[in-house]
Amino acid sequence: MLIPHPLLGPRDAQEFTYLGDASLLSRPDPDAPDAVDAFCDYVFLRDNPAGVHKELWYHEQGDRSWLVVIRNTVTHEVLGAELATDVMRAKGAT
Amino acid sequence: MTFSGFRVIKEALTGHRGWGPLWRTPDPQPEYDIIIIGGGGHGLATAYNLARTYGKQRIAVLEKGWLGSGNIGRNTTIIRSNYLLPGNQPFYELSMKLWENQEQDLNFNSMVSQRTILNLFHSDGQRDAYRRRGNTMHLTGAGGTLLGADELRQIAPYLNFDNARFPIKGALRQERAGTARHDGVAWGYARAADRLGVDIIQNCEVTGFEIEQGRVTGVETSRGCIGAAKVGVAVAGSTSRVMQMAGLRLPIESHVLQAFVSEGLKPTVPGVITFGAGHFYVSQSDKGGLVFGGDIDGYNSYAQRGNLPVVEDVIEGGMAIMPMIGRARLLRSWGGIMDMSMDGSPIIDRTPIEGLYLNAGWCYGGFKATPASGRVFAHLLATDTPHETATAFRLDRFARGYVIDEKGAGAQPNLH
Ligand SMILES: Cc1cc2nc3c(=O)[nH]c(=O)nc-3n(C[C@H](O)[C@H](O)[C@H](O)COP(=O)(O)OP(=O)(O)OC[C@H]3O[C@@H](n4cnc5c(N)ncnc54)[C@H](O)[C@@H]3O)c2cc1C
Repeated sequence: MLIPHPLLGPRDAQEFTYLGDASLLSRPDPDAPDAVDAFCDYVFLRDNPAGVHKELWYHEQGDRSWLVVIRNTVTHEVLGAELATDVMRAKGAT
Repeated sequence: MTFSGFRVIKEALTGHRGWGPLWRTPDPQPEYDIIIIGGGGHGLATAYNLARTYGKQRIAVLEKGWLGSGNIGRNTTIIRSNYLLPGNQPFYELSMKLWENQEQDLNFNSMVSQRTILNLFHSDGQRDAYRRRGNTMHLTGAGGTLLGADELRQIAPYLNFDNARFPIKGALRQERAGTARHDGVAWGYARAADRLGVDIIQNCEVTGFEIEQGRVTGVETSRGCIGAAKVGVAVAGSTSRVMQMAGLRLPIESHVLQAFVSEGLKPTVPGVITFGAGHFYVSQSDKGGLVFGGDIDGYNSYAQRGNLPVVEDVIEGGMAIMPMIGRARLLRSWGGIMDMSMDGSPIIDRTPIEGLYLNAGWCYGGFKATPASGRVFAHLLATDTPHETATAFRLDRFARGYVIDEKGAGAQPNLH
């Protein structure tokens, strides 16, 4: 699989390590009243779809950036990639 | 039709005209007492146990493809009971005991062969860990012997003992471990269940659940709606997809694992050998092929095929401990989709939906569990209480903080 790195162009997926579903970027609020349940869902539960999946890959043997990669889990086709920092900035995170 | 040596000789002398199909091909009834979704090893073994031990009458197994098309026909056939944690080991030892009597039990030759497993260790720390594991195994009657390098050399002289990075210092051996014929296991359970009146319905995909006021009343399938008082789900790699139709999100990711077989060779590998410092394990089939595998590809996948980097990684592992493997030619490789759970251990439990039961999270180790999984899942479906060896496999253990994490890797399925 080739991952289209937004800064470095197409890179072999072998240079990356895989973390999992990109929803891991949205860490629950630890001060919310339902924080215990929310963290349990966050840590353990996954959508695990067959089809398009947004997921976190770390460019360990490259520029050490985290990417949000869009990939089809049925065909292994990589549909796009963004820097995770850009994704978070777009969401208004600081 | 009962199999026996006499029968085989008789058929041989009369042109093999007396053999018939091993199971019927029934059409689905409008309604059953219990429906099992998934005609893999676990689903079929569950149906067999329900009919046999619990005398349940109207049972159907619904399989979306053909029987044995999932992981039961794709695995590397290793059976063993060398686990560490109290939540796991008694269950796997029950499974090993059931394997030991399976062929008589089912009247079917599933080629159970207790040819031993050798888990190699490469450092003092690893030796200590295996010693501890061996002690746990003895506590459950599973046996086990710690071998030093000299004893191991007698058994497998071709291993790369003096590897500079990972010298082989010995192995934990479980004598009772071994292999079984994977499809034979599926066929054996299917035939035995069918003989007890279970309807095995192939090419029947479950496409939805009928749920009324929090209670399951049946399933929608590609062959119409079928009513049921209880539904057990045993669909391995498809677990999240199927349970999503009942509105449940699970602690599971689906990943692909590859396996490989070489051309047929003269007998060389006596049992199962696993590399303790990399991801590689090997055994030799009765046809002579070296059957081997390694790590999962490591990213979510439903593709039933892996990619080349892991092929390279597995072969490198093989070359590191068994350099002679480089002379053999690879015949085929394939992949299967596994239900990797968040702690690497299975889930056998009721669900928040009344009448809906779940059997999942087998990761890459569910083949060895097949007989016990069938036994305990049938127990749960029939009695609504967990079997005594499966009390730890609860769905809510993650929320309660009682994970069963053999590797201590945390909620990271691709590390289990
Ligand atoms: C390459 C590989 C090597 C392995 N090696 C080993 C090993 O050496 N030792 C070991 O112990 N384990 C091993 N495993 C793991 C083991 O094979 C699995 O854990 C086990 O087979 C899973 O249980 P099963 O047999 O019931 O699954 P499956 O055979 O996959 O059965 C599930 C069935 O459900 C069906 N299904 C799915 N969705 C639906 C639907 N909507 N409606 C109806 N039916 C549906 C599928 O078609 C499938 O037939 C390996 C797995 C793989 C892939």
